[in-house]
Amino acid sequence: MNEVATSAHFKENAHEALTDARLQGALGFSRNFVGRRAAAVARLPEFDALRDSARAIKDHTLAHLDLYLEAYERKVRESGGEVHYAQDAEEARQIVIDLCRSMGAMSVTKGKSMISEEIGLNHALEAAGIEAVETDLGEYIIQLRGETPSHIIAPAIHLTAKDVEQEFRKAHRDLPPDRSLAEPEQLLSEARQVLRAKFLAADVGITGANFLIAETGTSIIVTNEGNGDLTQILPQAHIVIASIEKVVPTLEDAAQLLRVLARSATGQDASVYTTLSTGPRRPHDPDGPRAYHVVLLDNGRSAMLGGEFEDMLRCIRCGACMNHCPVYQAVGGHAYGWVYPGPMGAVLTPSLIGVAEGGQLPNASTFCGRCEEVCPVRIPLPNMMRHWREREFERRLSPAPLRYGLGFWAFFASRPALYRLGADLAARAMRLAGRGKGRFSWLPFAGGWTRYRDLAAPEGATFQSQWRARSGAVR
Amino acid sequence: MNSREAIFASIRRSLAVHGDEAPRRFEVETRLKEAPPGVVPKRGQGDLPARLATFKAEAERAQASLAEIADWAGAPAEIARFLRENNCPATVRMGADPSLAAMPWSETTLEILHGPSDGRDVNAVSAAFAAIAETGTLALVSGADNPTTLNFLPDNHIVVLPRDAILGDYESVFAKLRGAYGKGGAPRTLNFITGPSRSADIEQTLLLGAHGPRRLHIVIVG
Repeated sequence: MNEVATSAHFKENAHEALTDARLQGALGFSRNFVGRRAAAVARLPEFDALRDSARAIKDHTLAHLDLYLEAYERKVRESGGEVHYAQDAEEARQIVIDLCRSMGAMSVTKGKSMISEEIGLNHALEAAGIEAVETDLGEYIIQLRGETPSHIIAPAIHLTAKDVEQEFRKAHRDLPPDRSLAEPEQLLSEARQVLRAKFLAADVGITGANFLIAETGTSIIVTNEGNGDLTQILPQAHIVIASIEKVVPTLEDAAQLLRVLARSATGQDASVYTTLSTGPRRPHDPDGPRAYHVVLLDNGRSAMLGGEFEDMLRCIRCGACMNHCPVYQAVGGHAYGWVYPGPMGAVLTPSLIGVAEGGQLPNASTFCGRCEEVCPVRIPLPNMMRHWREREFERRLSPAPLRYGLGFWAFFASRPALYRLGADLAARAMRLAGRGKGRFSWLPFAGGWTRYRDLAAPEGATFQSQWRARSGAVR
Repeated sequence: MNSREAIFASIRRSLAVHGDEAPRRFEVETRLKEAPPGVVPKRGQGDLPARLATFKAEAERAQASLAEIADWAGAPAEIARFLRENNCPATVRMGADPSLAAMPWSETTLEILHGPSDGRDVNAVSAAFAAIAETGTLALVSGADNPTTLNFLPDNHIVVLPRDAILGDYESVFAKLRGAYGKGGAPRTLNFITGPSRSADIEQTLLLGAHGPRRLHIVIVG
């Protein structure tokens, strides 16, 4: 069982989001990403060449994934670490819980990890009696609220400073109630103080991985706060949870991907902390974890290889697609109903939880194509959403009026003479009917349109007949 | 079939391979051995003075502060000045790095503590393994002489960087790493650090000093 999804109710979720004034106010914050990314890209003439390089590295690795995983696993073992394989979310949670129990761990700190969200790890740890504390500021805030992230790199982007203040006053009851939390600096400083104690007390630290390196058996995390580092160096054990497609061949390959990751994500040339971890503490090291475990999760990814959604496995989780998506910008991440929002979520979610649950999401697109334009690994997201729509249609999962409507239209569209005749008649009829106002405030079968705006009445002949007339005139 | 075998079988089924194909294995072994560099941006390239200039500009963009001094003997005085001017306590913690140990600390009034941090230190001093001009980034490695906790727990992190350790790009650091640890080898932790800790998780307002150091001061020597 994965984390419970409400993706099948995308329409209802989106409607709710659009009428949520507080959310609509907060969503403006994510628009900053667009300008920052553009500025970072403008400073690096090689950016597009790096995108090509990044795509080629991912494609090469995916085509040889079995062999790179073998090489990676061998190097982790050589450096004193252990590798565990999980076919699904349930198995991954059990491995982590068993590891924690075997070390007698009562408390766990966590770096930000989308895989942890995907497998619902926090709930499982708590059910097993192990305290799990998110340490990325955004993740900490949404954990206090019992929410899932609304953005893959800015999990609390749907909240305002006022929301965060309320949450901190509720959660940090041992601090003076009359303290000021009016400024974001004060909120940050309070989180730093509260979480510092958690870092120092934790028995196990769990992080994700942005990349795994086959050449050296290394896991890489990228953060700006430093929370991932405190998570992994202070406790007695470091557990890395990562999906199988995170592996890349060499250090050089990782550097190519890192160059496009930070710029695409936050618009930084480099994130503040890029940390490469290889195995547990060495014999003479004065600090660092004494045990190092990697849990590699499949959860449906191996089945995506070689198929029409394989390109999605190139994704490096930068979030650029959602930052540039008009649908995401309008409804926010929670409307998507599971772990991964935005265009990448619309493509990945049906692959991971099935088209019956997630098949609504590929409809959440205007096909404007900006997501593909900014994707650092050039994933053809709009095309893949189109593939999912086709599958949804084939499996008769789309609503009946849509299926019959499309069938009706297809009947005419595949008979050009009949189509022209019908369109011509309809245009004439509408011109006549609309000649008073020049627009319609109501039309049969078009209530979804006319409820929000008028439909203009046609003024002349159809496009096709005008085109024929004009090209005749030019000749 | 255990989970490992099941996952490998599923990958190979999807890729329509059995895993023993000699050309695939050869391609993977070659790539791991040769580690081709890919696209390396021009920004970090050039001779040492050019790299120094780029490094300084990029590190300052990332809100690090910088000082240049002529020789190692001058480092303690510069560190004392930095702490005094920022109203920080005159105590610093450091590892057993020989280049730091050889400095004339007794010429200052700084109190020196050694070993990893337990979270109560305000200031720490580290020695850099290398630096990257391209992005103003420091490269620090863990080891007997360099506790990683010093890079993250203290409020003020001071890093001593030999001028000739400023390299152009990540690829040059990897070459130096292979020289020190062997091909395929790595220290337990390699930290690439670009500026002080920060977060923009509250209303996308950029604030310095999230969980790691609030200040990063780089002392370039030589």
